[in-house]
Amino acid sequence: MPAADLSADHLFDLYRRMKTIRVFEDTCVAAHKAGEIPGYIHSSAGQEAVPVGVCAVLTREDRITSTHRGHGHGLAKGADLERMMLELYGRVGGLCGGKGGSMHVADFSVGMLGANGIVAGGIPIAVGAAQGLRLLGSQAVVACFFGDGAVNRGPFMEGLNWAAVYGLPVLFVCEDNTFSAFTHSSTTTAGPGPLARAQACGVAGERVDGNDVIAVRAAAERLVGEMRAGGGPRFLWCRTYRFSGHVSIDPATYRKQEDLDAALKRDPLLVTRGQLGDAAAADAIDAEVEAEIARVQDIARKAPYPPRAEAFDDVQDIGSPAVEAAR
Amino acid sequence: MSNVITMGEVAARTLADEMRRDPTIWVLGEDVQAGGIFAQYKGLFQEFGAARVVNTPIAESTIMGAGLGAALVGTRPVIEMRIADFVMPAIDELVNQIAKVRYMFGGQARASVVVRVPHGLHPGSAAQHSQVIESWFVNVPGLVVAAPSTALDLAGLLRTALRCDDPVVFFEPKAMFKNVADMLGDWPAIPFGKAERRREGKDVTIVSWAQAMPAAIEAAAALSADGVEADLLDLRTLWPWDSEAVLASAARTGRALVVQEGVGASGFGAEVAVTIAEHSAARVRRLASPRIPVPFAPTLEDVCFIRPGMIVAAAKEMVAG
Repeated sequence: MPAADLSADHLFDLYRRMKTIRVFEDTCVAAHKAGEIPGYIHSSAGQEAVPVGVCAVLTREDRITSTHRGHGHGLAKGADLERMMLELYGRVGGLCGGKGGSMHVADFSVGMLGANGIVAGGIPIAVGAAQGLRLLGSQAVVACFFGDGAVNRGPFMEGLNWAAVYGLPVLFVCEDNTFSAFTHSSTTTAGPGPLARAQACGVAGERVDGNDVIAVRAAAERLVGEMRAGGGPRFLWCRTYRFSGHVSIDPATYRKQEDLDAALKRDPLLVTRGQLGDAAAADAIDAEVEAEIARVQDIARKAPYPPRAEAFDDVQDIGSPAVEAAR
Repeated sequence: MSNVITMGEVAARTLADEMRRDPTIWVLGEDVQAGGIFAQYKGLFQEFGAARVVNTPIAESTIMGAGLGAALVGTRPVIEMRIADFVMPAIDELVNQIAKVRYMFGGQARASVVVRVPHGLHPGSAAQHSQVIESWFVNVPGLVVAAPSTALDLAGLLRTALRCDDPVVFFEPKAMFKNVADMLGDWPAIPFGKAERRREGKDVTIVSWAQAMPAAIEAAAALSADGVEADLLDLRTLWPWDSEAVLASAARTGRALVVQEGVGASGFGAEVAVTIAEHSAARVRRLASPRIPVPFAPTLEDVCFIRPGMIVAAAKEMVAG
């Protein structure tokens, strides 16, 4: 049943966004396995409630930073679906003109400052974005998504300390999907968890069921509200579970089948469907989303690859390789 | 009327000028409110306050990365790294992030930052406070690399760096910050990629930059006294670099001696030398530091320095040979 303070329309919208991320990534993983998409895909299947719940309380002016598993963050922030599909296919018209691919999807027009191939790479960028926005007189806030693996890197501690020292409006969102690449994070992480580390730096926050979009949204709304009121940084620890392997080619043989089975029963899409209480309406959304993804995939399949000469564009203005080549 | 000031003060005054011109320029780094360790930020905190002159934790990764984040939302950060050796904890943010955001995001983003890096051999500073690493960054697409050797060039190139949209790694000669010069007149912007001829000659081309320049200048004067006229070029920026001027000079003299501070193997001097070899018939030689960490004791450290006598001897051998 919908939460009291959420309209049914809004909850359907959250469900649609989560479903869009799921179908988009499932489609791209299949296309990769079929040889249509180069490289590899880091799927966030199972984690959709986190970006959708958080971005639901952000404005277009607010910024987010993301991870190597960033399609969901981008789509939740409003990135163009068709252009994201074109980017994963490496085609003309892609968000990054085919230069980034899955691991570097970005849509600055909606405040999505880029996925990032480096674990914890987005954290310093997020605190700096908040600092820059403050200097410019903006009221916007920054949400910084990272995984449970990132909390063991130095920039995590540096970023928490930095945001606290300067009182910056950064929401640190630990999307804890249980795995650091191929390794269960519990075997490589000391102490009581990410939230305690944040609290040690004076950053208050909450732990939330990362498979429950209503709960994520409610927590994010509280924390972002405090940030907008001048409260400084906040931390949101979202416990969830990665359904896929680390990348599309990883069979994830290192994990127990019963763990996956249990997680699948807590699929955030199923959780939200239960909250919606209207299977027919949810089915209708599913069909619409699948049709839309099929449409954009068809566009991507037919689009041309960028011409070779574009490899030399957008490196730098001064001392650009194009200038060098012309010499 | 004279205006005798240190190179550090020249740097600070130039930055102040640019900060008055552009309110989106700001500084972040350790101890910048105290004026920086070489006085290269002297007076800025007093004029621009804590919002634009930001003292940071000793957290190089985040100093660099936060600078990038602030650039991505439309400000122009000056990222102070204190000394070159301290760039290493921030290599990810500089090489993986700053250098590549424009490209990998298909032109959506610009990392308009100036990363200020005092560098070079500094007596008694040993293996982790005395490194010369500018060559590393020439190897990274996306970065502009400047390495001035005089106060006027530092001022002019810093102006250009603060006005350009590309990320600039700005190496400053740290052993020379206290040098004084009479800085009369304006200190106009200097374009990147233009070498400066420090001495004109017909017998041998000498190419150098940054902290190797004083020895090269002294050597060229000594050579002249012995009847060998060196054509001495200060590259001033390493990417882009003025290959046209170097090749033209090498074609004229038929001999090119490349002089660099820092490890020679895979150093920027190799890039200069191979370019000359590929595009001219000139003979090429290179002088550089040996491939050892910088040692502490003066007798040991001395082997890293390129002394004027070494340049004189190499140039004379080339002219004789």
